[in-house]
Amino acid sequence: MLSPTTSAPASSAVAPPEAEPRKATLGLNIAALANKVAPLLAFLTLLIVWEAGCRLFRVPSFLLPPPSAIVMGARDISGDLWLGHAWATIRVALMGYLAAVVISIPLAIALSSSKLLSRTLYPLIVVVHSMPIVAVAPIIVVTLGASDLPRVVITFLITFFPIVVTTTAGLLATPEELIELSRSLRASRWREYTQIRLPFALPYIFSALKIATTLSVVGAVVAEFVAAEKGLGYMIMFSTSFFKINHSFASLAILVAISLCFFQLMVFIQKWLAPWSLPRSER
Amino acid sequence: MDEPVIRFRNVVQDFTRDDGGRVRALDNLSFDIGRHEFVAVLGPSGCGKSTLLRLLAGLVFPTGGSVEIFGMKVTEPRDEIGIVFQRPTLLPWYNVLDNVTFPMRHKYGRVTEAEKTRARELLDLVELGAFAGAGIDQLSGGMQQRVAIARALLLDPDILLMDEPFSALDALTRDEMSFELMRIWAEKPKTVLFITHSIPEAVLLADRIIVMTPRPGAVREVLDVRVPRPRSLASLSDPQFNALANHIRASLFSRRAA
Repeated sequence: MLSPTTSAPASSAVAPPEAEPRKATLGLNIAALANKVAPLLAFLTLLIVWEAGCRLFRVPSFLLPPPSAIVMGARDISGDLWLGHAWATIRVALMGYLAAVVISIPLAIALSSSKLLSRTLYPLIVVVHSMPIVAVAPIIVVTLGASDLPRVVITFLITFFPIVVTTTAGLLATPEELIELSRSLRASRWREYTQIRLPFALPYIFSALKIATTLSVVGAVVAEFVAAEKGLGYMIMFSTSFFKINHSFASLAILVAISLCFFQLMVFIQKWLAPWSLPRSER
Repeated sequence: MDEPVIRFRNVVQDFTRDDGGRVRALDNLSFDIGRHEFVAVLGPSGCGKSTLLRLLAGLVFPTGGSVEIFGMKVTEPRDEIGIVFQRPTLLPWYNVLDNVTFPMRHKYGRVTEAEKTRARELLDLVELGAFAGAGIDQLSGGMQQRVAIARALLLDPDILLMDEPFSALDALTRDEMSFELMRIWAEKPKTVLFITHSIPEAVLLADRIIVMTPRPGAVREVLDVRVPRPRSLASLSDPQFNALANHIRASLFSRRAA
């Protein structure tokens, strides 16, 4: 008689705290799920509205094709051919990007280390950056010929500026006390940069590298608009001139995918190499 | 008195402003600090207190007069000095232990096992032995400043320079850190120059207090603190403590009024 009465309150006392967290996690899961699904849902809704709008108002396909027509149209062209065009663009974007990184970071180190150098070179860099890239591109192509070189140079020109400016700002944002600590230890300039300034600038450098990813794709496409016989930018020019708008849209979709992948790659590299440089929530 | 460890002789320090004008930061400053003496420098903001510290560290050089350590003129940064700044300025990509050994890595490019052992002992000394492997962002402000103290002690300096080291901390942590510093100083006696703008902090910690005038900074008064050691919470209610604190406060106010 005694044992059931003692066990009953005990079990009921245990039950609520067990049930409540379960309820809480379920609620949390729905919130988390909604968080993840919401952007996808918004994107799908946009596609449906687009598709329905085109069909409902009978928009001519050569003006604005519905998503289905874009997908069907893309299949006119073989996968190998798409891959070839995409690779041509990726290659130029990557080469321009790497050139920008290899040149910009040492340049930023030079600018941050000497006021005189900074005063001399900075205006020049701003002038170069102020030239509208679309206006300069044809000139560069004429000057450098019709190889990969002018395309890489154009991509470089649009990509390097944010990396130089942001990296320089990062190198100069090192806490003054640490530089004094370095000097009080009579450490070399080399160690000041490799052990203090550059690591401290990493959050800045990674921001610049992320911005530069999308810019490099823009640069590659602009270069292809001017002179190319391959690539997604060329594909857009070519198909619009033949009113194959669905091919242009397909090219555009692939370009967006390339940009996003490139950006995500940098996010991943930052997480991998310097997790401390990210806010706690993003690690 | 023995040969002083630190000697300022008629030090004058001018700075060139951005607009080309010259500003006198320190004017005819002279004082000595003896071995293992704890000296606090107290003065209004902008009176050149921090310049004193940078002169000793060999980071700036006087316009006139001389700064000597062990009887030798300071012409470059020297190994006998450890510095603790107002902010902990630790390196976020290293854990606590690697931050303590950083001066070694930065000066010589590598850290030996012996130094790591020494760094662990120093972390025990500042009561952070359990946090050797922790990341910097896991520590509170007071804990970070204790790591900075351990870092300053790594190369076993004879002289410890502290530039308002507790001023960025909250009031409670600040008091705790003062007692902590006294305990560390008792275990590892050093010649300490402690810059502060807190009167109770200076009276609680120091053997002598150098009170400075507003810019251009000069020595206004040098006061001996006769509150007996070891000092504790009880020292705060010692009549000498209050008398001295009031004296300094009055002297600061009279200067404001003048």
